[in-house]
Amino acid sequence: MTKNVAKGNNKKLAVKLLFAVVGMFAFGFALVPLYDVICDITGLNGKTGGRVEVAEAGQLIEEDREVTVQFIAHQNVEMGWEFKPSVNQMRVKPGEVHVVHYRVSNPRDTLMVGQAIPSVAPNAAAGHLNKIECFCFAEQPLQAGETVDMALRFFVDPRLPEEITKLTLSYTLYDITEKSKTAAVASR
Amino acid sequence: MSSAAIDHAHDHDHHHGPAKGISRWLFTTNHKDIGTLYLWFSFAMFLLGGTFALVIRAELFQPGLQFVEPNFFNQMTTMHGLVMVFGAVMPAFVGLANWMIPLMIGAPDMALPRMNNWSFWILPFAFTLMVSTLFMEGGGPNFGWTFYAPLSTTYAPDSVTYFIFAVHIMGASSIMGAINVIATILNMRAPGMTLMKMPLFVWTWLITAYLLIAVMPVLAGVVTMMLFDIHFGTSFFNAAGGGDPVLFQHLFWFFGHPEVYIMILPAFGIVSAIIPTFARKRLFGYDSMVYATASIAFLSFIVWAHHMFTVGMPLAGQLFFMYATMLIAVPTGVKVFNWVATMFRGAMTFETPMLFAIAFVVLFTIGGFTGVMLAITPADFQYHDTYFVVAHFHYVLVPGAVFSLMAAAYYWLPKWTGYMYDETLGKLHFWMSFVGVNLLFFPQHFLGLAGMPRRIPDYALQFANFNWISSVGAFLFGFSQLILLLVVIKCIRGGKKATAQVWEGAQGLEWTVPSPAPYHTFETPPDPSLIKAQ
Repeated sequence: MTKNVAKGNNKKLAVKLLFAVVGMFAFGFALVPLYDVICDITGLNGKTGGRVEVAEAGQLIEEDREVTVQFIAHQNVEMGWEFKPSVNQMRVKPGEVHVVHYRVSNPRDTLMVGQAIPSVAPNAAAGHLNKIECFCFAEQPLQAGETVDMALRFFVDPRLPEEITKLTLSYTLYDITEKSKTAAVASR
Repeated sequence: MSSAAIDHAHDHDHHHGPAKGISRWLFTTNHKDIGTLYLWFSFAMFLLGGTFALVIRAELFQPGLQFVEPNFFNQMTTMHGLVMVFGAVMPAFVGLANWMIPLMIGAPDMALPRMNNWSFWILPFAFTLMVSTLFMEGGGPNFGWTFYAPLSTTYAPDSVTYFIFAVHIMGASSIMGAINVIATILNMRAPGMTLMKMPLFVWTWLITAYLLIAVMPVLAGVVTMMLFDIHFGTSFFNAAGGGDPVLFQHLFWFFGHPEVYIMILPAFGIVSAIIPTFARKRLFGYDSMVYATASIAFLSFIVWAHHMFTVGMPLAGQLFFMYATMLIAVPTGVKVFNWVATMFRGAMTFETPMLFAIAFVVLFTIGGFTGVMLAITPADFQYHDTYFVVAHFHYVLVPGAVFSLMAAAYYWLPKWTGYMYDETLGKLHFWMSFVGVNLLFFPQHFLGLAGMPRRIPDYALQFANFNWISSVGAFLFGFSQLILLLVVIKCIRGGKKATAQVWEGAQGLEWTVPSPAPYHTFETPPDPSLIKAQ
């Protein structure tokens, strides 16, 4: 009799523990959006925000302060494009809107699609570099041999911490031709 | 699985001994048989993983490339890590848990015997799957045992899918083992065996089992995400698609750090059983040992990012993970203090299990101290991914976890086989291992401090001497493990008859049953008067 009771208890406990296992498996996946949210809030990992409305810019320009913004452009291995900014760095007043062009060309003989991913250093500045317009918001398809000047329109938020005087905006261009092929064909 | 079927199986077992031939091992639900299977399997994996390590050390014996190509070298470092962690150390502890926990708490068997059989028998398939990749075109996994993305996704060899499924299966095996251990400990204790009277090995395994349940599913989740990234076009870890490779490291180490304690907590339990026996004193500070184990388990969840200080974390994060990591030294220090205090003024004798246990205390503490050094964030930027890290975790894993396993094997071997092992050979094994392991890993501290990176097949000339010493130590340590095999085989075949108590100072229920332990034990619960406070 007691043996059967023990067996029942074992089964019940095993089921409970199995629920814990399933819960932890789900928790692992829940960490993915959680990580993005934490990065958004804290600017960890240099992740910048999305598009900012023009209205938010130019409200308040800090005339007596200047920070240096540096521009870096990389591309993924073996992509073979040319990708570089029109200027390497500029002095900007927080609140002022500036435009930088990135020249990109596809020397290969096929259509390729690129996607640029931004990252800002130091991390604490990531939330204060606001982009009104950016080529990184969309996929960039380039025909064989095509060259394009892509625009980035941005301003530095006046709330940028005082101690930061220089920030670096880095773009990495990825070859996503394979991934976007199906989507591209469908849209044409 | 109907309960009638279980009852029938049990009745069947009650009337007979073990079945004959191979079916005894294939279909067994007996905790002792399954424990034996686990122990032999892990020993085989130990030799296999050791062979991989010797390939690594042979290549590093001299600067330049002598024996293997760099890509194969990377496969060796990866496979060595995976086989040792998931194939040797973890199954060995599960094997000991199977054998000893029911005997220690006065239970007739594990709580879920059918699942127990299943959780062992999927392991050989997992490792066949994984090791077979070495013979495939493009080779096996070559991205290190930590399999950081995108190295393990975008740039991985095609065989990575086999690796992913192997990890899934090992994970399932560990989770089933952990559920079984928890159910056994919580539901199957003999009357009078209260939680605070349980031997520490049982306590440490209970906590380890909870750790396993908490983190193995996260590992399963990580490899599943890799699978999706590789085959189904998702971008969990692919920056081009909006994912983040650093996320991989966070997820991996959220599993990885508790995993470290999964491999060491049961070792603490073993040493806490052996030292009192051979010091002929009660364990000093039993309660504090239990609380220290629980604290270490809790802390293990909030320190993971100390493995990734160099990814670019805000200062607040670096400080938090630094202090949290250093905090672990406190409960660990309590444990080391208690072991030393147990030996203090004890009537000590130095049989082989005790030698291994004392070496564990000393050498594990060295590994612990280098761990505190690595926790210092600014210093870690210098040590990160150097041989100093290799020396650190090998000190806690080899003369730590592995020595405790050897101590356990010698300690309980007479109980398992009914014969005393050959003490002379045992001592020879100990001393050769002790000298070998220190020759092998101590110089690696210096190599790391001088700047030699880990996971490279070739190195600058100034590192030549220490690498030479390290390789000599590796071959000495590696080949002395064959002595252990010899001792075990000799002990199974015969020798001096072991008494029930085996060791003069041994306490606990497992020493109240005859040696060798009968196929079925504690079918009626033991007399509560036999259960003493620790």
